Amino acid sequence: MHFLKGNIACAEGAIVAGCRFYAGYPITPASEIMAHMSRRVLEEDGAFIQTEDEISAIAAVIGASWGGVKAMTATSGPGISLMLENIGLAVATETPCVIVNVQRGGPSTGSPSLHSQADVLQAKYGSHGDYPIIAIAPSSPQEMFDHTVWAFNMAEKFRTPVFVLSDRLVSHMTEQVKIPSPEHVKLENRKILDSFQGKRQKVFLGKGSVAPMPVFGRGLKGNVTGSTHLEDGFRDVASASVLDAEIKRLHDKILDHVDDITISDEEFLEDAEIALFSYGSSYRAVIEGVARGRKECLKAGSFRAVTLWPLPEKKIRDLASRVKKIIVCENNLGQMYHFVKAAVGQRVEVQFLDPDVQGTLINPEKVLAKIREVLNTNG
Amino acid sequence: MVLVNESSCKGCGICIAMCPLKILYFSEGFNEQGFHFPKVSDQEKCVKCNNCMIYCPDFAMMVNDDE
Amino acid sequence: MADSFEHPLGKYFRDKINYKNCPGCGNGIIAAAILRAIDKSGKSIDDYAFVSGIGCSGWIPSPFFNTDVLHVTHGRAVAVATGLKLSIPRTRVVVIAGDGDTSAIGGNHFIHAARRNIDITLITVNNSIYGMTGGQAAPTTPFASVTTTTPYGSIERQFDLCELMRAAGATFIARWTTFHARQLEKTILSAFEHPGFSFIEVVSQCPVQYGKVIGKRNDPVSMMISYRENSLTVDVASRKGREELKGKIVVGEFVKDEEIPEMCCEMERLRMEVRSK
Repeated sequence: MHFLKGNIACAEGAIVAGCRFYAGYPITPASEIMAHMSRRVLEEDGAFIQTEDEISAIAAVIGASWGGVKAMTATSGPGISLMLENIGLAVATETPCVIVNVQRGGPSTGSPSLHSQADVLQAKYGSHGDYPIIAIAPSSPQEMFDHTVWAFNMAEKFRTPVFVLSDRLVSHMTEQVKIPSPEHVKLENRKILDSFQGKRQKVFLGKGSVAPMPVFGRGLKGNVTGSTHLEDGFRDVASASVLDAEIKRLHDKILDHVDDITISDEEFLEDAEIALFSYGSSYRAVIEGVARGRKECLKAGSFRAVTLWPLPEKKIRDLASRVKKIIVCENNLGQMYHFVKAAVGQRVEVQFLDPDVQGTLINPEKVLAKIREVLNTNG
Repeated sequence: MVLVNESSCKGCGICIAMCPLKILYFSEGFNEQGFHFPKVSDQEKCVKCNNCMIYCPDFAMMVNDDE
Repeated sequence: MADSFEHPLGKYFRDKINYKNCPGCGNGIIAAAILRAIDKSGKSIDDYAFVSGIGCSGWIPSPFFNTDVLHVTHGRAVAVATGLKLSIPRTRVVVIAGDGDTSAIGGNHFIHAARRNIDITLITVNNSIYGMTGGQAAPTTPFASVTTTTPYGSIERQFDLCELMRAAGATFIARWTTFHARQLEKTILSAFEHPGFSFIEVVSQCPVQYGKVIGKRNDPVSMMISYRENSLTVDVASRKGREELKGKIVVGEFVKDEEIPEMCCEMERLRMEVRSK
């Protein structure tokens, strides 16, 4: 059993997951991940580089991934903003990689050491174009470890970039972390093309399954481009049918498996009249508020979205059929709130609960007060 | 001798300009892409300098090494 | 009557050789020089990986070269190549990018790769314009040039890419023009073999977009003749004054320093030190 800061737990999770390439740029509150990896990656015979900016960090991660190495970077909101174009490149070229965002007060330079969850939509909609993404939101140092391992597994399995959406609180808090021995950790590895299959080899845009990756340096002659392309990688930027197929295949590759990817946590929901929807560090406040409410016999429950993307629409609709109201609690001005509301439709009312002051974690008493208010209004 | 892949040629004229013996000239007719392509006036004069092959941007020229 | 033949470099192409460049574009001349260098290197083309940028020159290796090719976002080829090289250091990683890709949007990665001395060969095709997007001014476009974005004449000076590399500490710096195709081939092979970052600038004709700027539209021959007439070696250039050097292209291999530690080797040295602890 270890006692670790969230950021350190994340780095250790990456090492256990097999990450052997790290590229990054210093930024508060993520820098500890890079500093820790600068030692650990070399100890494990990998390569580390501090790049000249965040753009080259994610670019180098993509390059390393094409060299067949599990690769990651960690940054905060301003860094993600810089990385978005290349994140799109990683999606389009189906490059496995992990990106940690330790969210902080924004917009712009904002407050590097204040708390926020305002980058959750950015993970899905920040880069241009229509694209799917996988994102998970840890709420503790233990989850920083576990979720980073999970993120690498998803990246390898689906040949996609995966976000770990941490925030300043989770990254800087120190709690017990159980690190399993390597033989107890299940790891996924990308399917690599066996041998060169000819210029028309199908190495992208698999239909029904993920195409084998033509990793570089093995004579597989991978033909990779961020331009719109066919299954063999050949560029075709003139045909609408090719663009249509690429967008839809990339989308289906992830969305066809939403049930396998989605993780959610339900507590106190069996007889609940209302549900509080939260994720990441907000969950810590919400579950405390819900627990206190139960002591007063207030029938509120917690639905935690552990993974944020792909959106667990089915589970949200199912939740709406079991409770009378859903209250979304997140540390922003309403991001996942709109998606929960849209998924729920007319079924039940969805309300929004934010901390009074952005930049702070909501007080569990405020959660409790909301629960009281909503349930007493219900009569 | 100089070989010309007429259909690959885009009529840029670089080979004609670079031939030190001036044995290449533009055809009267067009190739499938609509370009005039090089014709060889006198194969005997070719000294196999390889200029045409080195300078052709479309890999349409080849100097045959066989005697 | 058309001759059908197997081009000696045909084996290096993924499919048939059908570059879509404009007639007379220098790209094909550079592609041929690169492939001849590979042919003479004693290595298989599979021992090489190419990373290319956005612009016409980015399509020199992608998808045409029959090996690993990675066509990335504008300006980022050097950065992607850095990550690739660090993960498969035994592969010869070559970047092909245009002057805008290299020194405008990619400028930061350009100077840092030189500073790091990572064993990558960067071939920058310098046509002094943004060709693919229709003829906008680039950082390499001469002062006073009229382009689509400088209709009244450019009020910015042009970069000397080789001087920039010198300041950034590049350990192999060279410049040729497409007229110097044979010298270019030799220098490319030398760069492949150089244990460190190697930069080759190739002044290349864009007959459609840049040709229009200099009054030589669709006249690649004229542009190449002017390369021949305006090129000087370093020795000759050193004897000329500033005014005489205006419009001249200094060519040759300027820097070749094998004493500076190369980044992948340094990374391995660190690993060994860590292991021995």
